[in-house]
Amino acid sequence: MVGAEAPALGAGGRCPAVPAGRNSGRGALHFRHSANGNPMKRFANLFTRLDQTTKTSLKVAALSDYFREAPEDDRLWTIALLSGRRPKRTVTTTRLREWAAERAGIPLWLFEESYPIVGDLAETIALVLPDAEEESDRSLTHWISHIKSLSQHAEEERKRQVLEAWNQMGKTERFVFNKLITGGFRMGVSQKLMTRALSQATGVEEPDLAHRLMGDWSPETTSYRALILEHDPSADLSKPYPFYLAYQLDEGPWELGDPAEWAAERKWDGIRGQLILRGGDHYLWSRGEELMTDRFPELAVLKDFLPMGTVIDGEVLAWTQDAPLPFAQLQKRIGRKTVPKKLLAEAPVILKAYDLLEHEGEDVRSIPFAERRNLLETLVERAPPEAPVRLSPLVPFDHWDALAAERERSRDLQAEGVMLKRLDSPYRDGRRKGDWWKWKVDPLTVDAVLIYAQQGHGRRANLFTDFTFAVWSGNELVPFTKAYSGLTDAEFRRITAWVRKNTLERYGPVRAVKPEHVFEIAFEGIQESPRHKSGVALRFPRMARWRHDKPAQEANTLNDLREMLAAYG
Amino acid sequence: MTEPLLTFTDRGICCPKGGFHIDPWRPVDRALVTHGHADHARPGHRRYLATRAAAPGMRHRLGDIDVETVEYGEVREIGGVRVSYHPAGHVPGSAQIRVEHRGEVWVVSGDYKVEPDGLSEPFEPLRCHAFISECTFGLPVFKWQPQAEVASEINGWWAKNKAEGRVSVLGAYALGKAQRILAAVDPDIGPILTHGAVENTNEVLRAQGVALPDTIRVTPELDAKAHPGALVLATPSALGTPWMRRFGPASTGFASGWMALRGVRRRRAADRGFVMSDHADWEGLNAAIRDTGAERVFVTHGYTSIFCRWLSEQGFDAQVVETAWEGESLDTADEGEVEG
Repeated sequence: MVGAEAPALGAGGRCPAVPAGRNSGRGALHFRHSANGNPMKRFANLFTRLDQTTKTSLKVAALSDYFREAPEDDRLWTIALLSGRRPKRTVTTTRLREWAAERAGIPLWLFEESYPIVGDLAETIALVLPDAEEESDRSLTHWISHIKSLSQHAEEERKRQVLEAWNQMGKTERFVFNKLITGGFRMGVSQKLMTRALSQATGVEEPDLAHRLMGDWSPETTSYRALILEHDPSADLSKPYPFYLAYQLDEGPWELGDPAEWAAERKWDGIRGQLILRGGDHYLWSRGEELMTDRFPELAVLKDFLPMGTVIDGEVLAWTQDAPLPFAQLQKRIGRKTVPKKLLAEAPVILKAYDLLEHEGEDVRSIPFAERRNLLETLVERAPPEAPVRLSPLVPFDHWDALAAERERSRDLQAEGVMLKRLDSPYRDGRRKGDWWKWKVDPLTVDAVLIYAQQGHGRRANLFTDFTFAVWSGNELVPFTKAYSGLTDAEFRRITAWVRKNTLERYGPVRAVKPEHVFEIAFEGIQESPRHKSGVALRFPRMARWRHDKPAQEANTLNDLREMLAAYG
Repeated sequence: MTEPLLTFTDRGICCPKGGFHIDPWRPVDRALVTHGHADHARPGHRRYLATRAAAPGMRHRLGDIDVETVEYGEVREIGGVRVSYHPAGHVPGSAQIRVEHRGEVWVVSGDYKVEPDGLSEPFEPLRCHAFISECTFGLPVFKWQPQAEVASEINGWWAKNKAEGRVSVLGAYALGKAQRILAAVDPDIGPILTHGAVENTNEVLRAQGVALPDTIRVTPELDAKAHPGALVLATPSALGTPWMRRFGPASTGFASGWMALRGVRRRRAADRGFVMSDHADWEGLNAAIRDTGAERVFVTHGYTSIFCRWLSEQGFDAQVVETAWEGESLDTADEGEVEG
């Protein structure tokens, strides 16, 4: 039965009464430009402007307008949200669904049926709720601290406060609020674009801003003024430099000019890390700006072997006997805040050092790579052999074909390919073309039969995008991997239409389909996995091609996979 | 128990007593047609019966067919069964079909919309014992804004594009939606150009005396750039095709009920989505069904099983009717050429 706040029942007590004029409805998430005086509406308008375009220039313009006009606290929170500093979830989604259904006067099952069709929980809630009866001029900052404070309250009070909040917001504000409360807030803007917009709004140079935005801050520990306008990055000893990221070299290096201007290294298959030694302490940052210091305690001894005032960019690798262990070994240590002794002994890590960002307390990012490399070599060579740091050796080559041959050896050396760095280049920030390139080995591929399909979420709601693939073992198809990406939208629509017509069985949201279509699955690595029926697990599997030309019978076999495992596992 | 007044066959809805079918999808002798859209008015029937307002559009689409016309509210005896057509508010000329025999009344809704749109004959609630209702948007997430609000959004978008030197290309279904937009927007903002498929329908409606603002047909000879800041009404399938190149810098929009869903809006890759539907929303469906006073409700076209369960819980004797036509589902909404 519907909840206490359901609308009055109509004649015969069957259907909810619907107002005859129906002028109160405001259907979709739509925006109004005038948001003066209502900071949450202003933020919702920003969200809408970003959502309405795929053009980078328009996204940057929307953001820089916002960074000029919004209250400073809200600007800071927006920067925090766009750099992945989201508030934690304080209400379970189960409760939110129940409360929304009750407030909308619909049974929970009806809400649950609507959710997968909409494809997004925050949006489903925003759409089913009746229009707000009150207005509020509270800020984004206010609502976020409100969401955070919910965790102190008992459930009844949480519910009262969430319903009260819903009742004060328009559709888009509600949607954004729901995204914040469920901890899943994303705006489709990279940190790079955000930094560019912030630079336009403040006049502070982009690389400088990128550096200020790094590290361990939150809107509760700083202010917009302190972080963006007045901040001196060196005051914070743990603050990392922005990582420089390489672009993939799709066509090979032949157009890069004189090989003598370039240095090459192996592309290591570990975790990118920035090691900071300052003020008697050490900090290890991931590329995702996560502090990983405690996960790799064996690196703490580097404080004794390297001088303070040193910042090294490198790769954390599981390593024994002068060779990397398979990524699977390192994987066991990812996601563990503390490491048991056994694992420390089984999969000890080192830092494979490849660049030097700070030397004797000075930021050396602007001097050429060749000079930084010399300084780095001197530092690392001075450390004793037991120190868990190794230089990433340069791969000598005098012409591009020689480098191509070196690249072919990558898998044998447990590397993913080769890296190219221009000898006279500074250490830049973010992903920028020109000075650093990664030239990965070609992926491994296998032709597999599509056997299960499931619908996606969000932008991919109502499309079948999540697939399970199988290879032959005799006359049986053995599932061995899932893949979600690699097809165009048009191909996803086409396969979706086919799945609907060729479903053999349904298991909840999963459909077993006719084993008819063959896809080329590309992947970066293969390892043994007792948890999978096939006995193997793939790294980064994706659909490289839809093999319309290949009948299911001609797909690969489990034996083919086992041979790959033997060769590359 | 005698045979029901209307039955559901593999040709569509059938009235055995009256010897006719309603919106049949396979050829029959006598087809009563609610409106001219392709999933309701099919080719190949021997005789058609439609409203006077719907007939020209049907002839335009189906060619030389044998159509007899009726006025709204006019009662016909067919095989001893009393038949009448009543406005459905879906598109100009669209009807619900009321069938009565010995005091038992059934109504086939066809497609319908309860909010007046300023162009279609407004929806007329009918009392009946059994109601066959579409439920294209039969989920509580679909709640439309009043048309005036959507029209002002479109006007705002158009005026802004014009001020910034862009043409506004709006995708909308060629029969019904496009004309509804024409009637709702502010023609003083700028010139209005039309895709051929839209203009063909405009001509049919103008010939029937429907007042529409002036429009300019886009032809290969037309210098599209001579109409800066125009609103271009196009079929959804024309968006993103080479046909659009002639207009130069353009912002694209799409008008459909499906635009209520962010995922669909983003997949369509139009710059703007306007939530404007020719179908009833959740509240509209519930109100319309309640107002019929019917005990038995058959649901078709849309989220039928979900909507049927909802109606059953509300105390109706509700059933799902399968149809050969998916109608305007989310799947086809992605393909472009749909109403909705």
